[in-house]
Amino acid sequence: MKAIQRIHGWGRYPIIGAEVDAPLVVSGLKSAVENYGADGMISRGLGRSYGDSSLAKYVIDTRHLNHLLDFDKNTGIVTCNAGISLADILDVFVPLGWFLPVTPGTKHITVGGAVASDVHGKNHHVSGCFSDFVEHIKLLVNPDNLLLCSETSHSELFHATCGGMGLTGIILSVSFRLMPVSSAYIDQKTIKAANLSEALALFEQNYASTYSVAWMDCLATGSSLGRSLLMIGEHAQDHKLACPAKHPITIPVEMPSSLLNRFSIQLFNTLYYNRITKQEVAHRVHYEPFFYPLDGIQHWNRLYGKNGFTQYQFVIPKEAGQEGMNKIVKKIAASGKGSFLAVLKVFGKQNDNLLSFPLAGYTLALDFKIEEGLFPLLDRLDAMVLDYGGRSYLTKDVHMSELTFKLSYPRWEEFQAIREQNGTKGIFASYQSRRLGLDT
Amino acid sequence: MKKILIIGATSAIAEATAKRYAKERASLYLLARNEERLASLTADLKTRGASSALYALLDVNDRSRHEEVLKEVIKTLGTIDVVLIAHGTLGDQKACEDNVEQALFEFETNAVSTIALLTRLANLFEKQHGGTIAVISSVAGDRGRPSNYLYGTAKAAITTFCQGLQTRMFKSGVHLIIIKPGIVATPMTEGLSMPAMLVAEPDQIAADIVRAIEKKTDTLYTPWFWKYIMLGIIHVPSTLFKKLNL
Repeated sequence: MKAIQRIHGWGRYPIIGAEVDAPLVVSGLKSAVENYGADGMISRGLGRSYGDSSLAKYVIDTRHLNHLLDFDKNTGIVTCNAGISLADILDVFVPLGWFLPVTPGTKHITVGGAVASDVHGKNHHVSGCFSDFVEHIKLLVNPDNLLLCSETSHSELFHATCGGMGLTGIILSVSFRLMPVSSAYIDQKTIKAANLSEALALFEQNYASTYSVAWMDCLATGSSLGRSLLMIGEHAQDHKLACPAKHPITIPVEMPSSLLNRFSIQLFNTLYYNRITKQEVAHRVHYEPFFYPLDGIQHWNRLYGKNGFTQYQFVIPKEAGQEGMNKIVKKIAASGKGSFLAVLKVFGKQNDNLLSFPLAGYTLALDFKIEEGLFPLLDRLDAMVLDYGGRSYLTKDVHMSELTFKLSYPRWEEFQAIREQNGTKGIFASYQSRRLGLDT
Repeated sequence: MKKILIIGATSAIAEATAKRYAKERASLYLLARNEERLASLTADLKTRGASSALYALLDVNDRSRHEEVLKEVIKTLGTIDVVLIAHGTLGDQKACEDNVEQALFEFETNAVSTIALLTRLANLFEKQHGGTIAVISSVAGDRGRPSNYLYGTAKAAITTFCQGLQTRMFKSGVHLIIIKPGIVATPMTEGLSMPAMLVAEPDQIAADIVRAIEKKTDTLYTPWFWKYIMLGIIHVPSTLFKKLNL
């Protein structure tokens, strides 16, 4: 038996003791799966899911399975071990004129994690999720059974695994399409929206833009409720592909959680909103600050102190529209618990994966530090979101109830059926899957 | 196009360094024990842009094979621009205290094998009249500490050996760099409780190594602050040092 390590997700809550096996080779991973099979296990990459989806008593850490296996420069299809990070992919391929077709707000996730969370980015409304660019994956459902899954081969298992939170087996390798770009820079436009309705209108006006996202001050109230900075972007055409080296700053230790309180956050948000004085500003920026502003601060999760935090991200359908979003944001603003800027975005249509998060509508993500009274607030928010026909993102979730999950992810039964068919139910299981009633 | 030989090529620091050289289109020759990992690593390096990436199996403790393996390397690469010696095991200090055989075995792996390899490589490089010999030692060799003094002893031997060799090689235009990493998050250190603030990623170390080879640094502490930490540690009086649990 391995020594017990204390591990947690990006939110640093909860913290659990786990046996962690981090194999260096595929054969080592297979034997790890054999050893731990009876008690259940979950695979884990860089530990960037916020809550408990990468936590289990037995964890298979795939970070060392991080090799590129092949690249076809005619098609842009890259094949790699699932443990490689998006940061590594960018480092290698941006100078060659290729970019990730879909990227979340951090590059410090693994490709396997990108598939298992079916991540989305600022271009969801035009490009969809990460899985839309996946040619095929190799999925280990048990030590003797490695399956090639794609739209055409084991397609049911493919659609269960993309967004399936690691509950259908361990993704060993992924083959996906990169996108050609002629620059490492983004032409960015920042537009001020005085309130939520202006922000949503701006999203509609800029629907044709490749990238769009808004940073919202979720503590503003009254006529400023939902004031935001909308950022839209297009890949520049300046043929500058070299990336300057950057040194991120680090939060060296856990900060006292009292540092972040209603007043300090209000101050920060107000300064942020007012940092541009004109209605509209255009810049050419490197892709790093455009896509990964928080990656510039290593260990920013330590800002929330020793109790940790959670990120609450929900989506409500377009029909629920502005009114729904207004009510939810009001609730959050009134609670005074909302933290730094919230991220607002319009999603395009949902895909065929059984547990993928996005659906056509509006999504909002914001951080809450773990404190008394938070979970009751999340329960109330869950109820409102569910009422509008929405749901929250499993990759960030740490608290959702089984009932909320089953009502908001209506295809969960199909998902379970596929797990049962392949004998992965109960074998690949996490604290989250148990909380959501997918495992016992 | 640089020609790079890496011994202990599947160590995390070696892999990260190899990846950086691959991006510069170098030709790489890798030596290590784990064939599955080597095969996957060479595919990775080629995908990253390496002009070529070849490997051969070598257990550094099998000293009778050193000559033949190095001959094959020279036959393939011709000359060597950089050799990086990166193999090593942290060993189980506690077990080494109870078991003489194990203690000596750790010393063989971390010191004797390296001295054997360097003796042959030094003569090859002398004939080349150029190139860089990069050897990964450790800050652990700067002062013996109860938590890992067997590992530290081996690294101290390597450091001292390399100091001598550095001066000898200088006369024939060969540069030798002694690399002393601090605490690095690698499979070797997995499961150890380490002060999070001090732990570096292998790629940070690799970036420092590549830069220091370019700049012809003699001794590299990486990350840089270890130079000052170790300066402090070696100056702690032993009356006090004995009371600490480092």
